[in-house]
Amino acid sequence: MISFIAKRLAQSLLVMAIVSAVSFSLFNFVGDPVNNMVGQDATREQRLEIRDKLGLDDPIITQYSRFVGNMLKAEFGLSYRIKRPVDDLIAERLPATLELVFVSAVISLFFGIILGIYTGIKRNSWISRVILSTSLAGVSLPTFVIGIGLIYLFAVHLRWLPSSGRSGVVALGWWKTSLITLEGWRSIILPAITLSLFQLTLILRLVRAEMMEVMRTDFIKFARARGLSERAINFRHALRNTLVPVITIIGLNIGGLVAFSVVTETVFQWPGTGLMFIQAVNFVDVPIMAAYLVFVALLFVIINLIVDILYFVVDPRIRLGG
Amino acid sequence: MDKIDDKPLTRWQRFKDNDIVWSFLSSPGAMIAAVVASVMILACIFAPVIAPFDPFDPAQISLWDGKLPPSWVEGGQSKYLLGTDNQGRDMFSTILYGGRLSILVGLAAVCLGMVLGVTLGVIAGYVGGVTDAVIMRLADVQLTIPGILLAILINGVGRAALPYELRDEFAIYVVILAIGLTDWPQFARVARGATLVETNKEYVQAARIIGLPSLLIMSRHIMPNTLRPILVIATIGLALAIISEATLSFLGQGIPPTTPSLGTLIRVGNDYLFSGLWWITLFPAVALIVLVFSVNLLGDWLRDALNPKLR
Repeated sequence: MISFIAKRLAQSLLVMAIVSAVSFSLFNFVGDPVNNMVGQDATREQRLEIRDKLGLDDPIITQYSRFVGNMLKAEFGLSYRIKRPVDDLIAERLPATLELVFVSAVISLFFGIILGIYTGIKRNSWISRVILSTSLAGVSLPTFVIGIGLIYLFAVHLRWLPSSGRSGVVALGWWKTSLITLEGWRSIILPAITLSLFQLTLILRLVRAEMMEVMRTDFIKFARARGLSERAINFRHALRNTLVPVITIIGLNIGGLVAFSVVTETVFQWPGTGLMFIQAVNFVDVPIMAAYLVFVALLFVIINLIVDILYFVVDPRIRLGG
Repeated sequence: MDKIDDKPLTRWQRFKDNDIVWSFLSSPGAMIAAVVASVMILACIFAPVIAPFDPFDPAQISLWDGKLPPSWVEGGQSKYLLGTDNQGRDMFSTILYGGRLSILVGLAAVCLGMVLGVTLGVIAGYVGGVTDAVIMRLADVQLTIPGILLAILINGVGRAALPYELRDEFAIYVVILAIGLTDWPQFARVARGATLVETNKEYVQAARIIGLPSLLIMSRHIMPNTLRPILVIATIGLALAIISEATLSFLGQGIPPTTPSLGTLIRVGNDYLFSGLWWITLFPAVALIVLVFSVNLLGDWLRDALNPKLR
């Protein structure tokens, strides 16, 4: 157990080391940091002073270790464009992204697992066929096209829901939430559906494949032979054994949702970290790009680690087999 | 076959008896998908011949004809079948040219990812040891970060590294590079797996014993035998690459509006959606969806056909 987790931890640290090296090198490869901070009009003396202050003449190793040191304190300097500390900017926009990802995760997991079980058990019913063909279409629909379609239908044509932005925001301490007002729910529902659809189809297909695999095994045949009810077989025996892969799916799902929140937030002008990242890329705002990269990598490393440990807890075969 | 025929089979008969061809001819979904995909791809390749207008020739564009609806809607003109965009370009022609760019970028990106991934994967599987560990760890690390984010990042850095006046000109290459560099780990994993299986087979042992150089064994003996599973990933990868390009372009990070791809067209059309000009967005979006859907169907069928376990 301990050696397994230690191995995973070492791998996670390796990922973070590589990602931090990449984001550190962004500062040096993309544009001149001094130029980006003071603009074109600064005198030579001012430039040299800033160079000295930032320690840009130090050896690369010293600079890198300083960067990692700051990274551990979550300090990434000032944004080139907005001139505010990057960690503040991320903290400010994080609730919007996390709430969007949370609502989408609930939608995609709930419907994905239910439809997956249904199509896995009733393989040949016509409803299953319709669901499956629709899911293949869902994989082929780019997220932004779904978003545009929903906006056109519900905001432009029917005028039921707002087309963009995040309204009905209420502050709960430092966390600004939009999940406790009706207005907030009205604005989150379209982006959340957009974001969840692709993941929903993926989950559906994985759960279905897993369910079909389990239904073919001997212990299900034996349960049938014992004369257990269909209900008991499906839920007490089959579903339980599909739960291990479902844990991975949840991990992958949250990862995918965070990644595609960049696209969804742009379509709906949702004020989260993804939109901030795209704007930073447009303006080559390196501190934000670097911070976002480290932040996302950290999120993924943590998710993967939790998934690995859960595996261990849930499945005795992995625990015993090492 | 009811009687034994001792005449040698003709080339066509042997072709028809091939298991993959047989599976193809007996699955209508795959055949329809193949027809739709090839018609679209051919139409896009021959866009200069088929398209009634050249959207890049200013002499053929008139702003007076801008924002016209499709020909069957009131106010539409018969010479503009699918209407015109905000600059007076014929939608049908623009979609053909845009599709050409999307397919080109998708193919190039998949080829780049495939060449890179298969090469590294075969080397990792054949050489083993530290080389294997380094390459596969790198793939693992890259797979922890989702592709689309990585593509946006590589693309953004690539653009920023170019001087300002060259950005539009080289945008296509930057996009190809960004998507290609993102999807190599999938290819590497599969190629490595297949290589590990092949390396222990007798023909590779024999090639080793007669003293062929490793490079030759890898490129001439092992690589051709890893191609079946690679083909499946490449087909599904093509659909993904086309979506990635469209997404990048939609986010304003990809192909510039002067030489639009399907994604760029949808992005431009999106600005006019609220004023009711639905056709500028709808037609490129439909073209994109149908193209990706048919390629996905083909990939799905190919995966089942090449996997004997599922037959």
